[in-house]
Amino acid sequence: MDEYYQGEVPGVSDAGIEVSGLAKAYGKVVALESVSFTVAAGTVCGLLGPNGSGKTTTVSILSTALRPDEGSARVCGFDVVADAAAVRSVVGLAGQFAAVDANLSGRENLALIGRLSRLGRRSARERAGELLEGFGLTEAADRLVRTYSGGMRRRLDVAAALAHRPPVLFMDEPTAGLDPESRFALWEILRQLVAGGTTVLLTTQYLEEADALADQVVIIDAGRVVEVGTPTALKARVGAVVFSLGFTDDDAAAQAAGVLAGAGHRPERDGTALRVRAAGGSAALVGVLRALEGSAPEPTSVGVREPSLDDVFLALTGKAPVTPAGRDERKRGAA
Amino acid sequence: MSTIPITAGRQSRLAMAVADTVSVAGRNLANLWRTPQALIFATIQPVMFVLLFRYAFGGAIHVPGVAYVDYLMPGIFAQSVAFGGIGTAVGLSADMASGIFTRFRTLPMSRVAVLTGRTAADLVRNLVVVAVMTGVGYAVGFRAHTGAAGLLGALGLVAVFAYAASWGFVALGLAVSDPEAAQGAGVPVVFVLVFSSAAFVPLSTMPGWLQAFGAHQPVTALVDAERALIAGGPAAGHVLACLAWSAGMLVVFAGLATRAYRRISR
Ligand SMILES: Nc1ncnc2c1ncn2[C@@H]1O[C@H](COP(=O)(O)OP(=O)(O)OP(=O)(O)O)[C@@H](O)[C@H]1O
Ligand SMILES: [Mg+2]
Repeated sequence: MDEYYQGEVPGVSDAGIEVSGLAKAYGKVVALESVSFTVAAGTVCGLLGPNGSGKTTTVSILSTALRPDEGSARVCGFDVVADAAAVRSVVGLAGQFAAVDANLSGRENLALIGRLSRLGRRSARERAGELLEGFGLTEAADRLVRTYSGGMRRRLDVAAALAHRPPVLFMDEPTAGLDPESRFALWEILRQLVAGGTTVLLTTQYLEEADALADQVVIIDAGRVVEVGTPTALKARVGAVVFSLGFTDDDAAAQAAGVLAGAGHRPERDGTALRVRAAGGSAALVGVLRALEGSAPEPTSVGVREPSLDDVFLALTGKAPVTPAGRDERKRGAA
Repeated sequence: MSTIPITAGRQSRLAMAVADTVSVAGRNLANLWRTPQALIFATIQPVMFVLLFRYAFGGAIHVPGVAYVDYLMPGIFAQSVAFGGIGTAVGLSADMASGIFTRFRTLPMSRVAVLTGRTAADLVRNLVVVAVMTGVGYAVGFRAHTGAAGLLGALGLVAVFAYAASWGFVALGLAVSDPEAAQGAGVPVVFVLVFSSAAFVPLSTMPGWLQAFGAHQPVTALVDAERALIAGGPAAGHVLACLAWSAGMLVVFAGLATRAYRRISR
């Protein structure tokens, strides 16, 4: 179980993350207004939010890459500004864009990060071998990273974050751009790390991912925390599934919405489409279709899907996530 | 709290800075080595200048008391390290754009090593480029009349000067944080300094206002000192002037660069 984290497991009260009133602006652009939350040691916290909501900024501050304008944060009991050096020795960061060197091999990348993380030449090399194996990169270990696929780079990047076996791990959208298999493999690695005592803060745009991994979810929007809770509690509020029904025209959709509302459902109409959030199960779908049968136009399409982040926002705030114009213009091309 | 493994602090700060400088420099050199285009362009350009000035323009330039090729080569050494410096600025701003610096900032490593590792790697690159240019110079008839000692002294001076200057390019790369902007900003500065200096033609052939500028800028100080060392004659004054320029650039540029680097995380 202890494959990736082999340092001493810190005391429970020490390895957590405490964030209080963080604020950060880039010139005139306010990235964080005020963000507060805590993550208990040895747990996984999912930081969810739409583009530009401040996820990367939060993670950058917590991993000491950026200084906050206001507020404070402690990682493993160390202040991220005053004790930045101590924080650096206990955290690993896998950033949103794979920060690996294209002109080094996978092994050289990991050995470099290991050495810079104070492992010493020999242990850095050994650790590199271990990590390459753990992340299924042994075959490609001695190839230059510029020949790697995007998914391989991402895995290497996550591996690099684990070089010095940090008890606290920050991952900024670690599975963006990964195929399902690599995604599940990464989830498995994260679970192992957590079983070994590592505290993980991961950002994601996928409710499903937070649901699969996180003990606690913090949702931020426009630099503010809008909700904190367990994934189960969130789902209970949002509904476990979303049915989407398509109709031929607006009138038909509106008519069907009326019928469904009369039958005790809560349909949301968007043009010719309706969506109905439900607790789950086929019974609910049958119920929806029964209610429509005979009393409203036939839907032309019926879909069932997991609630997305949009659905969560809609349920929590009654509006789509705030993404002020130009917010994501700065995004670099995904590596 | 005692259970948390703090690894930083086991080494002294200096030992850590040195070790990390070596690591970062190794990484930068690997980058240079594995993108040979960059190295080739860094040498092809000065080689073309050698050919151009030796054979195309050289016949029209008369420098009293010295064969033009012997006058030219010290200028070429200065020019090749100055142009190479643009690569420093470009490489550094590319690192910043790539997110690698963000990772470096979260590692328990020496902060200054990110910059000293870059300038150390550039020192190695400059030594290689200057060695190649010396070979090219010999092939087209250049000779050091003071022998190996004079030549090595001159080349050492070029390396010292280039090291100091590369801190200026580091500061530039950090300030613009975009590889294209770094290129755009670096090229004109280098052009003006190199071509207003005594690198290719004697200052006495320039109009008065340009002479005044050319006589009081670092590239001229370097080529004057090189020529004195290579051709013989009183060199101490020139060498001192060149070292003074280098020391001044080092202090000012290293200060600017570390300040710019600290500002990134604000
Ligand atoms: N270096 C910067 N300079 C100026 N503005 C910035 C900078 N970095 C981020 N921002 C702005 O700060 C806000 C928050 O950005 P941040 O990257 O933290 O969001 P995010 O939640 O990570 O978004 P995404 O999901 O797109 O990665 C955005 O409005 C963004 O445009
Ligand atoms: Mg982000």
